[in-house]
Amino acid sequence: MAAASGTNDLSSEMELDAFRRLFPLSFHERHLLESIRPDGRPLGRARDTSLSLGAVASANGSALAKIGCTTMLAAIKLEVMTPTVEAPDEGCIAIDFHMPPICSPLIRPGRPAEVAPVISKQLSDTILSSGTIDLKELCLVSGKAAWMAYLDIYCLDADGALFDAALLSAVAAFSHLQIPVVSLNDDGRIVLVSEENGGSMKEKEPVNKEKIKLKMNSQPFSLTCILHKNYILADPISEEESIMETYLTVVLDTNYQLVSLNKPGGPGLASTSSIQDCIALAQKRVKELQQILSEAISDMEVD
Amino acid sequence: MDIERAGGRGANQLRPIDCSRDVLSRAHGSASCSHGETRVLAAVFGPKAGTKKNENPEKACIEVIWKAKTGLIGKIEKEFEMILKRTLQNICLLTVHPNTTTSIVVQVVHDDGSLLPCAIHATCAALVDAGIPLKSLAVSLCCCLNESGQILLDPSKLEEQKMKAFVCLVFPSSVHSITPEESTPATTKSTEQEIITSLTHGIMAVDDYFHCVDQGRAAITLLSNILKKKMRSQSADNSSKAA
Repeated sequence: MAAASGTNDLSSEMELDAFRRLFPLSFHERHLLESIRPDGRPLGRARDTSLSLGAVASANGSALAKIGCTTMLAAIKLEVMTPTVEAPDEGCIAIDFHMPPICSPLIRPGRPAEVAPVISKQLSDTILSSGTIDLKELCLVSGKAAWMAYLDIYCLDADGALFDAALLSAVAAFSHLQIPVVSLNDDGRIVLVSEENGGSMKEKEPVNKEKIKLKMNSQPFSLTCILHKNYILADPISEEESIMETYLTVVLDTNYQLVSLNKPGGPGLASTSSIQDCIALAQKRVKELQQILSEAISDMEVD
Repeated sequence: MDIERAGGRGANQLRPIDCSRDVLSRAHGSASCSHGETRVLAAVFGPKAGTKKNENPEKACIEVIWKAKTGLIGKIEKEFEMILKRTLQNICLLTVHPNTTTSIVVQVVHDDGSLLPCAIHATCAALVDAGIPLKSLAVSLCCCLNESGQILLDPSKLEEQKMKAFVCLVFPSSVHSITPEESTPATTKSTEQEIITSLTHGIMAVDDYFHCVDQGRAAITLLSNILKKKMRSQSADNSSKAA
């Protein structure tokens, strides 16, 4: 207690920036006592979120998601592949998450970030197990040809809540994805029908008549919360993540079913009531994100 | 309605657990743990001087190396390493050996479901064997949910694949298994166990998740007693050998 009051005394003498750097934890805790965070948000509020679809012209589907400063660029490329024997009428999705050195001062070139493969695994677990994409829709000819969707997510600015932003950009990229028109040629191979030579290809029947969009069942959305003492901080920035290390990620789909609840250890414990509070915050967040996604889609259609 | 399980297990029945310490001679601490057919070997080296880059030198640093049964290290192994490291950060007293690194090598011998709980128990036993100070043991459990919302504890690999969803939970071992039995009667169940680590896979209702947590909590006391007994009986063996 003497140490705590010692730092309190110092805080009146010290410059604010110095106090923030020397005693980051007490700096944040004094904010939390007033139910506010250093960036002016209340504890339960997420940062401003924006979404723009079609950010990469050469990809079949793409999206740029921003939650506060955290920026993620997701792009999907489709390729034709032969489906596996076990699932002859299903396509395949390969998800990769990249953290280039541009995104954070902690990441050095040549040395891959430790969290990147973990987030990548969590993303593919979440997207594939949520059942939002019916892999049967990616089938072209049963047993012969199906779509392989390569989803690559690049983190351009890592300022906390990386998984949330990555999942949002991935879901947005899938809702922007357009499956191109292809036809079966004489050798039984799949060829792309481009718009110019569409006339000359008329005699061959296209496998799918026109560009189609994937039907998405109920998209998953996520919210990361920091648990610190009795406080719950939604959507942390990287400074908060580095000071208060216990976090919990809730992924809910649009029917409010639990897709994933991930609390990977950390110094703090989670009680049932704090998990319930986090789920309640996540439910609110799902509504917001659904709204943001549908606005982005309707903006796209106007253009 | 009871569900048919391989080996005639009931829905709430765990597979036999075995745990032995001091299985490797060169490691500072080692343990082997098995849950049914699942078996994991863990070795602890350290604490060695200095922390890794980007780690806080005022605390002890924990490094986990996860070796799969076969194949190269991929994303799955990296995820396990991260979860195990952060779980151990919760139970270790990190301020006792500041500016040191403790390496933990986890070798999967056989995976037949509930791999993470088995690895956590093996690592805890290896840390105890190495004499690393711990706040408490970590006790872990997997549960599976089937289509009708029924919960199966400690699923095998086949059950994990068949089921709709599964939950993996880690709790600190219950208090009355740490303190000697004479001082606290087994009725101290006032505080509910809080969760160190939670991992889920597959879609489930929010209520089902909390049912799993309750089931897990109920099984934890028993599980931590079993683990404690395994560790204690071995230290008795060792001291008798020394005598």
